Amino acid sequence: MEKKGNKYMNPYLAGLLLGLVLLASFYLTGRGLGASGAMKSVVVSGVSAVNKDYAESSHYYSKYISDDKKPMKSWLVLEVFGVLVGGFISGAFSGRLKFKIEKSPKITNKKRIRLAIIGGALFGFGSQLGRGCTSGAALTGMATLSIAGYVVMMAIFGTAFALAYFFRKNWI
Amino acid sequence: MGPIIPLFEISEEINLLIAFLIGLGFGIALEQAGFSSSRKLAGMFYGYDTTVLKVFFTASIVAMLGLVFLNDLGMIDMSIVYVNDYYIASAIIGGVIMGGGFIIGGFCPGTSVCAAAIGKIDAMYFVGGSLIGILIFGQTYPLWEKLHFAQHIGPVKLSDTLGVKDGLLGLIVIIAALLMFWIGEMAEKRFKREDISKEL
Repeated sequence: MEKKGNKYMNPYLAGLLLGLVLLASFYLTGRGLGASGAMKSVVVSGVSAVNKDYAESSHYYSKYISDDKKPMKSWLVLEVFGVLVGGFISGAFSGRLKFKIEKSPKITNKKRIRLAIIGGALFGFGSQLGRGCTSGAALTGMATLSIAGYVVMMAIFGTAFALAYFFRKNWI
Repeated sequence: MGPIIPLFEISEEINLLIAFLIGLGFGIALEQAGFSSSRKLAGMFYGYDTTVLKVFFTASIVAMLGLVFLNDLGMIDMSIVYVNDYYIASAIIGGVIMGGGFIIGGFCPGTSVCAAAIGKIDAMYFVGGSLIGILIFGQTYPLWEKLHFAQHIGPVKLSDTLGVKDGLLGLIVIIAALLMFWIGEMAEKRFKREDISKEL
């Protein structure tokens, strides 16, 4: 039975496409892409909605709150909303829209979800300490030849390789 | 002359529309590449699928070369293009924590949003986890504030540190990437996992 759709783009071609999007971002805005920054805006808005005085007194949250700017109406939030819509369009086009938990058959769904939450929490935390994630720090930083971009990239991928053996059951 | 938005008076609405459109392209590129699949992403670290390496390096090289050309043609003012600020300790420690998050959770923030968009439930939980992680960082910020600002180097380019022109460093990066692509292609043959690849 021939499977329709589902095929991914050639990785080098996809890389070219992603590179052109990144270049367009530099040309239009002077900045590259980002993802964790939008998540930070969600958190800052949430904390600010619960307790505005607290958020404004915090050294961390207060950096992202000002009277003329609402964190949820920021450039990065709209950009990541675009990622959500773009991902959906692409998935619909290629016949990949489906509710699914992806994991190795060796682990249970429950374990996969638990690991996804822990992994997400580590990534979220690390992205704040490291001033950006794979998109904003590594990919974007590498395109401008910044040292920070290369250091973050090597730290992320180096650590993932170093720990891969211990988490192999989750994936293979 | 670019960058357009910082140099010209662009209305807030147009600015946000551009943000959305760039995000749209970003999401389509990530999804078409297969970054909406955690097992495809994780394949990078076991050798059976090195798409991450190929897409990531191709993209950064395309954008890097594009910037070099635009600069040479006088079409972009590189002095207002953002170069990431380098703080040694937080870049390394933050990167190490993110690397742990990558191999444990199977995504990074951008790919998790993209994967959640096509219905990957594990990605939705990863997004939730990311928000929790950021909240934890925010709530415990006084503990990390010093580390966050330690060893500040500034927005320094690797080419300046090495004392070479951007173009030459670009060439070195391209050669290094081609070598890695070759290793990646070899790894995919050696660590082939048909059982996983056909499911992705």
